[in-house]
Amino acid sequence: MVGELLVQTHPRDALLRADRLPHIWCPGCGLGAVMDCYVRAIQASNVPLDKHVVVSGIGCTGRIAGYLNLDSFHTTHGRAIPFATGLKLAKPELEVTVISGDGDLFAIGGNHFLHAARRNTDLLVVCVNNFNYGMTGGQAGPTTPVGSRTSTTPKGASDAPFNLQHLAIALGASFSARWTALHLRQLRSSFARALQLKGFRFVEVLSPCPVGFGKANNLGEGIDEMNFYRSQGVVDQTIEPEMARVEMSHTVPLPLGIFADGGRKRNTLTPQTRRVNGAVTV
Amino acid sequence: MMPETRPRVLTGAHFINGDIACAEGALAAGLGLFAGYPITPSTEVAERLSQRLPEVGGRYIQMEDELASMAAVLGASWGGVRAMTATSGPGFTLMMENLGLGVMTETPCVVVDVQRGSPSTGLPTLVGQSDVMQAKWGSHGDYEIVAYSPSSCQEMFDLTIKAFNTADRLRIPVILLADEVIGHMTERVVIPEASKIERVERKRPASAPGNGYHPYATDNDLVPPMAPVGEGYRFHITGLTHDEKGYPVTDAVTHERLVRRINEKVLRQASSLCEYEEASLDDADIVVVAYGCVSRSVRRAIREAREGGIRVGLFRPITIWPFPGERIRELSAQAKAFVVAELNLGQFGRELERFTSKPVVGVNRAGGELLPPEPVLAAIREAASW
Ligand SMILES: Cc1ncc(C[n+]2csc(CCOP(=O)(O)OP(=O)(O)O)c2C)c(N)n1
Ligand code: SF4
Ligand SMILES: [Mg+2]
Repeated sequence: MVGELLVQTHPRDALLRADRLPHIWCPGCGLGAVMDCYVRAIQASNVPLDKHVVVSGIGCTGRIAGYLNLDSFHTTHGRAIPFATGLKLAKPELEVTVISGDGDLFAIGGNHFLHAARRNTDLLVVCVNNFNYGMTGGQAGPTTPVGSRTSTTPKGASDAPFNLQHLAIALGASFSARWTALHLRQLRSSFARALQLKGFRFVEVLSPCPVGFGKANNLGEGIDEMNFYRSQGVVDQTIEPEMARVEMSHTVPLPLGIFADGGRKRNTLTPQTRRVNGAVTV
Repeated sequence: MMPETRPRVLTGAHFINGDIACAEGALAAGLGLFAGYPITPSTEVAERLSQRLPEVGGRYIQMEDELASMAAVLGASWGGVRAMTATSGPGFTLMMENLGLGVMTETPCVVVDVQRGSPSTGLPTLVGQSDVMQAKWGSHGDYEIVAYSPSSCQEMFDLTIKAFNTADRLRIPVILLADEVIGHMTERVVIPEASKIERVERKRPASAPGNGYHPYATDNDLVPPMAPVGEGYRFHITGLTHDEKGYPVTDAVTHERLVRRINEKVLRQASSLCEYEEASLDDADIVVVAYGCVSRSVRRAIREAREGGIRVGLFRPITIWPFPGERIRELSAQAKAFVVAELNLGQFGRELERFTSKPVVGVNRAGGELLPPEPVLAAIREAASW
């Protein structure tokens, strides 16, 4: 048995609003891990912390903004990107990161993603893709895999989901990566890499939402979904983005990796980010 | 050919249309960013600013829609610049979502609505005044808003500047509720010297970063100081109900306090915000009420009625919201009737009825052309006969 571990301080205390804890997220949710990766990446970045700003939309993911001890904005559902666009244009010295959910960024806010990418707006957009509308109780969304059960697809989703990597790269993102809430080291270094680049950058994080999605779809609790990511995740950055679909099936590999880097051209991989014996070294 | 680079404030006399006067007013007020989406009859505001803002170091961005335009304006305002958008009915409707965010987060900005015939796509190129109630109630929830109604190109210029100052003073979105006739007509506009242009700055936190700045702690005027982004204040802003720290709070007490305060900070200033013009009212027992373009055509009806011996005058609200109810109540003492002329089916008149027990005669058209003087004259004569 492991007893309760009490700590007085935490290395990320200065960047979290400790007076707002405990957070609202469910046990097994991947959001805390994603937030920690982002915090570590900005701690390591060359930009002073005061200049990092986070803008989020609405949803469980959108709540990340409120836990960060940064200037941060929790806006309206879907509008984080245009809000961030205005902020960045008004004060270009800011390093503006949008962190929001799949529904927020790709359903109600989908048009803004398109146009921010088209303009190559200097933003890092982080999508926590949990395949559903977590906040509102697990409805289907634009990334829900076909066949998945959600509270609004009782017989399984029938609409095709977005492949967000393909989408972002087709739109010309200068950086585009997909990791999971298990691949923390890779996620952190992708955040760090994206923060070094300019233009429209995109990081997708597959993340367990056991309450809204996992349990109903054979993925079990948060820990089981993490195991799924371990067993199914394949880092293959040489495949075409359009092949990098997320099926969330126990029989299909889950394509992960950095699918675009350092330029607006597809598959512009640096040697360091190439696949080495099935594992990535970034 | 225009010179390549012109100064920010185009001091001098000009012969320009109302939309351009509005754009020049915004520039004179120090506009830093315009985000918009083209829509008749407001497009000239955007076009003008797309030329002029880059000349003076500002940013023009054409967004993908009006949802995005309004969101970008709020973001830019937090970025520390004066920010504005311009639209008409259909776009104004889309802006309601983030207008509400602006109200709740107390984000100063200016929204220009050059009204056209509505509902829906309506009459894109023709005049209307039917967004009066949308300007007040268009976004969900209880909030007070300030809306100015210009009735000349000069006022398009002057009231745009005033709108920015009110926005920054009260930390609210302010609406310039113009109409197609005023936006598209061309008149003489005099632009003063830059040094003569009034500028009200946002209240800034009294203390340096790191001293426990609470973004929604207020003093007597109920307007919280607004910290600049990126300078170490480290604040969180949310459209959720929040406490003084800006943190989301889910309880009725905090909600009540917040909603009351953001309403009260505007209402408290109502008497100084409510501007109006009055003409021939001293002895009048019939009060014609008209604003925007209609206030121009009713003047002839008033003149002709006066020539016929009727004691009638004009009340022209310049501030539409907050509603000039106190002044209406005062005028009600001398009036035997009000004639409210507007290019909608009675939006202002209906509100006016709350402040008088005297008969209120509406002269209403749905829009599409300027209200002619004749029906107003007929209404005045009718009221005079009572
Ligand atoms: C305009 C509007 N429509 C609907 C909602 C309700 N709503 C809140 S969060 C949400 C979905 C969020 O899903 P996602 O972006 O995937 O975030 P998650 O909660 O899964 O992290 C919805 C539909 C809202 N807040 N605003
Ligand atoms: S509903 Fe899902 S996404 Fe939201 S906190 Fe719970 S587990 Fe996380
Ligand atoms: Mg989601």
